[in-house]
Amino acid sequence: MALEELLDTSRIGWINSTGPDSDIVISSRVRLARNLKDVPFPHLLNGSQAKEVVKRVYDAFTSNSVLAKDARLYLMGDLSETEKNLLVEMHFISPDLAREDKGAVIISSDRRISIMINEEDHLRIQCVFSGLDPQEAYELASRVDDVLEEQLDIAFDERLGYLTACPTNVGTGIRVSVMLHLPVLTMLRQVDRMFSTIAQLGLVVRGLYGEGTEAWGNLYQISNQITLGKSEEDIIQNLMSVAGQIIASERQARRNLKGEDRLRLEDKISRSYGILTNSRLLTTQEAMGYISDVRLGVDLGIIKNLKPEDLNNLFITAGPSYIQEVFKKDMTPLERDLNRANFLRGKLLK
Amino acid sequence: MKCDECKKRPATVHITKIVNGEKTLMHLCEQCAKEKNIFSVSFNFDGEPLSMQKFLASFFEPMVSEFREKSQPLSCNRCGLTFPRFTQIGRFGCSNCYEAFKGQLDPMLRRLHGKTYHVGKVPRRTGGRVRIKSEIERLKRELQEAVNAEEYERAAQLRDKIRELEQKLGRN
Repeated sequence: MALEELLDTSRIGWINSTGPDSDIVISSRVRLARNLKDVPFPHLLNGSQAKEVVKRVYDAFTSNSVLAKDARLYLMGDLSETEKNLLVEMHFISPDLAREDKGAVIISSDRRISIMINEEDHLRIQCVFSGLDPQEAYELASRVDDVLEEQLDIAFDERLGYLTACPTNVGTGIRVSVMLHLPVLTMLRQVDRMFSTIAQLGLVVRGLYGEGTEAWGNLYQISNQITLGKSEEDIIQNLMSVAGQIIASERQARRNLKGEDRLRLEDKISRSYGILTNSRLLTTQEAMGYISDVRLGVDLGIIKNLKPEDLNNLFITAGPSYIQEVFKKDMTPLERDLNRANFLRGKLLK
Repeated sequence: MKCDECKKRPATVHITKIVNGEKTLMHLCEQCAKEKNIFSVSFNFDGEPLSMQKFLASFFEPMVSEFREKSQPLSCNRCGLTFPRFTQIGRFGCSNCYEAFKGQLDPMLRRLHGKTYHVGKVPRRTGGRVRIKSEIERLKRELQEAVNAEEYERAAQLRDKIRELEQKLGRN
């Protein structure tokens, strides 16, 4: 199993911060839920039926030699806990897929496409792009969907659309989400108020690692909830316009802060840089906070020797399991914090 | 649906309270819900401690008790999942469940999505069939009208068109 190659973050297509509004939007992600017509939903499948689904999906995907070029299939049953956690941290799979053995994931060589098999639905096609670009992500996901649908009979109803295991996803089966870096709005305690408004627009806010997690590194994911009765384009547009307003507020808040309190801001950012490049022990949560500050410093031109993509990289490598997988051994929490601090320092001072 | 409290904002929080067997339903907007301090016990918006499944199950409480009184619960003829079981786990067993529980789903879908019908992408290969099927339905209605109006020439044309489409369906 060649999971080590996933540690090479330079191969992650969205990491280079070249997309629109990528000073604030880290990435845009689209997920399409699809199911096979003639097979019970994954929670009712036994081991061999689940394997059969994995095989059918893999065969269907690899029938397209362009999209599937150098794609890898990982079976959950073959992976260690750390390996599965790493896939979750890197957003290739959900915690739910990691929990059971019958699932699998296909990851494309540019890391833009990941297809979860036997999660809640037979298929969860995910595509990720840099910056605020959910349309591109949707177009690719929809293309993958077309390729799979050439070979597989997908459960679709004239009235209800794509049929999913949970009625919350029925219809388009789409979830569009954008990952936003909002350090200043968080600092000014404006995020809570903003997010309660967002909830009224049918959107949901989640932390960095998905449902129920905290916004470490001031990273927030905003996504749609409604999937039925609205077209994919409308859902994307709605999310884009809300994201656009948040981006504008964060930018305005950054400008104000830079104007009013530049010295204190520079001090905070430089201290965080100092800690990242000098400390001997770092927990993930702590590291994420400092990385967020430094990323802000880069965006505001206060820190000049780093690029946004360097920080995107750090956000991934600071994750709880990444270090574990790099060193390939069991470590005490103290050893992990030590290795993480060393690793991040090495990356920053390279 | 508007909020029960302020009657202005849309209700996004739906709460079923059961106290000593007495059930009350509340539909609130998030702001009023916060003011009423409803989330202090087990529910807050930052995390999602209340699982979607439990949340869904609460939609169906009245229906389930209705079903319990009948001896044969509604069930899916393909995977065997019963309707009460669906309301417990919040998931269907297979794509045919939607058909099997057809009569029961609209109120829930309306509460979840505000709508009960799909707008958007149709599968390219099999979706063609969906489109052809609805076209045939439409032509059949037109044919009936033509026959009723004794427009036999038009009826013959429509009949040929329907045949053509039906053959196309058969071939796919």
